[in-house]
Amino acid sequence: MSRKWTAALLAGALALTGPAGCGGEDAGSGGSGSGGGKITLGFSQVGAESGWRTANTKSIQESAATAGIDLKFSDAQGKQENQIKALRSFIAQRVDVIAFSPVVESGWDTVLKEAKDADIPVILTDRAVDSQDTSLYKSFIGSDFVLEGKKAGEWLVKEYEGKTDTVNIVELQGTPGAAPANDRKAGFADVIKADPKFKVIASQTGQFTRTDGKEVMEAFLKTYPDIDVLYAHNDDMGLGAIEAIEAAGKKPGTDIKIITVDAVKDGMTALAGGKINYIVECSPLLGPQLMDLAKKVKAGEQVPQRVLTEETTFTQEQAKAALPDRKY
Amino acid sequence: MTALTRHRLFWPAVVLVLLLVSNVFFAPRFFSITLQDGHLYGSLIDVLRSSTPLVLVALGMTVVIATGGIDLSVGSVMAIAGALACLMIGDLPDQGSVGGVLLAVVAAVGLAAVLGIWNGVLVTVIGIQPIIATLILMVAGRGIAQLLTDGQIINVSSPPFRMIGAGYFLTLPVSVLIVAAVVVAAALLTRRSALGVLVEAVGASPTASRLAGIRARGLTIMAYVFAAVCAAVAGLIFSSNVASADSNAAGNLIELDAILAVVIGGTALTGGRFSLAGSVLGAVLISALDITTYTIGIPAETTLLFKAVVVVVLCLSQSAAFRAVVFRRRTVGASA
Repeated sequence: MSRKWTAALLAGALALTGPAGCGGEDAGSGGSGSGGGKITLGFSQVGAESGWRTANTKSIQESAATAGIDLKFSDAQGKQENQIKALRSFIAQRVDVIAFSPVVESGWDTVLKEAKDADIPVILTDRAVDSQDTSLYKSFIGSDFVLEGKKAGEWLVKEYEGKTDTVNIVELQGTPGAAPANDRKAGFADVIKADPKFKVIASQTGQFTRTDGKEVMEAFLKTYPDIDVLYAHNDDMGLGAIEAIEAAGKKPGTDIKIITVDAVKDGMTALAGGKINYIVECSPLLGPQLMDLAKKVKAGEQVPQRVLTEETTFTQEQAKAALPDRKY
Repeated sequence: MTALTRHRLFWPAVVLVLLLVSNVFFAPRFFSITLQDGHLYGSLIDVLRSSTPLVLVALGMTVVIATGGIDLSVGSVMAIAGALACLMIGDLPDQGSVGGVLLAVVAAVGLAAVLGIWNGVLVTVIGIQPIIATLILMVAGRGIAQLLTDGQIINVSSPPFRMIGAGYFLTLPVSVLIVAAVVVAAALLTRRSALGVLVEAVGASPTASRLAGIRARGLTIMAYVFAAVCAAVAGLIFSSNVASADSNAAGNLIELDAILAVVIGGTALTGGRFSLAGSVLGAVLISALDITTYTIGIPAETTLLFKAVVVVVLCLSQSAAFRAVVFRRRTVGASA
């Protein structure tokens, strides 16, 4: 919420007084976490780069309210330096528990050490860090991205079972260096390498956004005339790519088979409409599990180092059935 | 021949041609343009289409830089314009209504004009350094856009709105036509009237031009309004292209690309003389660079390095001092 407050304050300042000063930042969220029995949880989110992320944010905010946890929410807008700043400010405010989804995997040792020195337990959500020292965080709750990549690969292997023709695959990767991008790529590659007919002819980053997904796919379509399969690391890039494929006069889902990961509502709608062939779910609704963990960690209970979120996969028929009560 | 190589746009043009040609080795049909579903289709069209937001932003940036200023807020203005338009269209009872979409477009551009006045007033009336004055809106503007969209990606399904960024008119992309119209209008206004000279005078020396009877203040505010309006149209094209408003990604860091485009085009950051054609060329070059990295399959991790190398080579080739050193070496080597 604090970001919105800042935005609102600045917007107000713009309209009324001009650039009088910057002293009022974060005025709304003061107070320390130690007083009272209420747990204060500092959470630093990656950003709002996709529908998935938005659902994730909502789940965390709602379940914090239900669990009676005082949530200090901060949006890093996809930048690691913002996130490090947020973590430092959580440490300075002496929150009870820190949770965050790392923007990238590397470069966290220093700030995590600071949290440890301040005796504030850290929980990673959704994305991992590559720190050697696992004592720097209490637990990691989230999906297994390697497994997601594998599920995508397994569907592909089954779909082309018994055929011998070469299958030309193009891949739209997530943000370079991000765990879901690295792992979804690795898991997928691991499964399809068993059969030489599967060939990844091009792989580029689409930054997890629609615009980049569309732009990269446009270039792919011109460079490689015979693409059989598109594997996109999230729904949004896949949705952007669908527009590029349609503009090229091809039928997404038929001429080019599309596999994506996430299963957000827009993606599921496209899947039910036959424009995507298969979606591996990556559930963002980990809020309740996170609040549970935060309470246990605060109480000093032992928690597992790794907690998996429950997830499934969707074919076109399953999407049609699941779509009406899809929350995000 | 020397007159040609001395032209300040010669080297950027050479790099652009080299970039485009290098694609052919990886995509043999790179230069082919075909008719697809009644519109032109090909890589060159992609380069033009994907360059449109940057060309517009660079155009506005050129005029602001010519007055001796700089506008860092263009990316945020893009995000605000896209967010406001998508929000208004999303609320329409019938998203297909042309009137409703037009109203949203006018509102977005109008709001941007107000933001431009804000920037201009901060710079001229209050006298804040342009880089600081526009930094305020750069940071706050992104916040306003997020406030508008509630931090979410807003989807719209409005055929008239889609026309702006993804539609075609007479086989040509609408976005390219819009940008071409803005470029021609700006060129006519600045080069066929005294406006361009006046802007350059203000940039070269605000005091001297004021003493000469030029209303420097009004001209400078106009430059910021022009930059903001250009950015708003760019934001509309950007969000229309994917039929959604993403207030985090829209125009993120585009101010830096735009400044680069302006510099490549030969406009000095100190103000004064400016070249609209140069900025357009610079912007197209930057977007061609993007497409090239996709086509020749530069790994995602090294894309930024590749771009940096091209930009460094380009800047060196534009430097007269650097060329002098290289050419002298050559003549020495030949005579020895």
